[in-house]
Amino acid sequence: MSHHIIEFNNVHFTYPDGTDALKGLDFRITHGESVGIVGANGAGKSTLISHMNGYLLPAKGTITIGDLQLNKSTINHARKTVGVVFQNPDDQLFMPTVFDDVAFGPLNLGMTRERVIERVNEALTTVGCLNLKDKPPHHLSMGQKRAVTIAAVIAMQPDILVMDEPAASLDPKSRRQLINLLKEFRHTKIIASHDLDLIRDVCTRCLVISDGEVTADGRTDEILLNEPLLEENNLELPLSLQHK
Amino acid sequence: MPNFDKEYFNIGYLDTLSYRQTFIHRINPGIKLVVTLVFILIVVSFSKYEIHRLMPYFAFPVFLISAGEIPTGVILKKIFIVSPFVLFAGMFNPMLDTTIVYTISGVPVSGGWVSYVSIIIKFILTISSALLLIATTSFPGICSALEKLRVPKVFVMQLLFIYRYLFVLAEEAMRIVRARNMRAFGKHGRDIKTFINIIGTFLIRSIERSERIYHAICSRGFDGRIRLLRDIKFKFTDIIFALLSVSVFIILRMYDIAELIGDAVLKF
Repeated sequence: MSHHIIEFNNVHFTYPDGTDALKGLDFRITHGESVGIVGANGAGKSTLISHMNGYLLPAKGTITIGDLQLNKSTINHARKTVGVVFQNPDDQLFMPTVFDDVAFGPLNLGMTRERVIERVNEALTTVGCLNLKDKPPHHLSMGQKRAVTIAAVIAMQPDILVMDEPAASLDPKSRRQLINLLKEFRHTKIIASHDLDLIRDVCTRCLVISDGEVTADGRTDEILLNEPLLEENNLELPLSLQHK
Repeated sequence: MPNFDKEYFNIGYLDTLSYRQTFIHRINPGIKLVVTLVFILIVVSFSKYEIHRLMPYFAFPVFLISAGEIPTGVILKKIFIVSPFVLFAGMFNPMLDTTIVYTISGVPVSGGWVSYVSIIIKFILTISSALLLIATTSFPGICSALEKLRVPKVFVMQLLFIYRYLFVLAEEAMRIVRARNMRAFGKHGRDIKTFINIIGTFLIRSIERSERIYHAICSRGFDGRIRLLRDIKFKFTDIIFALLSVSVFIILRMYDIAELIGDAVLKF
């Protein structure tokens, strides 16, 4: 059985202030898929991502990651399997140097010193940032920070890569470099974004989330060309398809 | 440039200097830390009346400034900013200790004045050496050295987090203050109520950020144990620097070089 599977089954979640963020979410993502998650602000995308590696646990329903159902005792498995890249790199790059940050995950996985160094070098080479190894994160540009956050996650060699707004605050060139990088990854990819062009470029499948529920699930080309569906979910056609 | 923005760039300037590549910057952080600690301990070990014996120690900060290519003005300015504390701490000495210890050109000088000047000199020496340690060593390097010196990891991690997020929070504060300034005209919008609201907003944003950081930390397998991977290698030049510096400090502590030179000049 593949470890690259993530399945949400009737997942509900309510925040302590009473906001119902997820209301019976159902989907299954399998090995090697590239899935875009789109939805208006407040649709539940970030809450959904917080469930994918067990930072939040469902109030009702089940989440299965690989072979295991997510609960308190399987959280470590989930965090090893699902690598999450957060929206703001400054939240994710919490160590004082790029090297320390990328090494943080592998060290927590209990790897040997030599293996950690090897993993850090490999991951930084993949994203083209090996030369930034000794720099503190606050000396990096936003594009470099984003690349390093990806390196920090892929250094743990997760089966599933989850990204929350990966292109936020990036200039056009850095955004294009990120898209090219994401296309090269063979991981199962789940990308939550308002950047529908990025989703179109990178993802073959698309989930539309609205008010804590999946309102559409299908091929990206079909979903992102369906103007009435997008309108219904407070979205619009990708910019590259407008005014044509 | 508005004051807050200027202060933000000032905070970052010492940090930027610490990433230069001079002979002093390349010395092992642990060696520099130990040498600076020895220097500070020896400087404060002099009695309150031994002003002249402190003078040769100015050679150390002068050497660091010149070898590390550190702008003197930056260090002097920072010393000046914290000087009111020490000026205030010793201001009552001349009134409390009126014993005459020196007579300079017929003018009697009380022990209180001498000890006051001694405090100021010790302050300048110790603060300048600490500032120069920061200006010539990256903060992660200093923390690695602390870790090797068996300072508890939790404490080292706290320092590293402070260093990492000092700049992020300063940027956040700068953005909030800018947003206020854009819509404040004259004294309007600069009152205490607005200031309290700014502090509140800053606090809430910081709490929210800390939650997101904790989420990121947990996502990468943090289980409460802090693991750091640091390589600290000693080079021959590190050992030479340490031996030479510490030997000079000790010789200056054991012998009154100023007096010996003075005697030699008089005999000549």
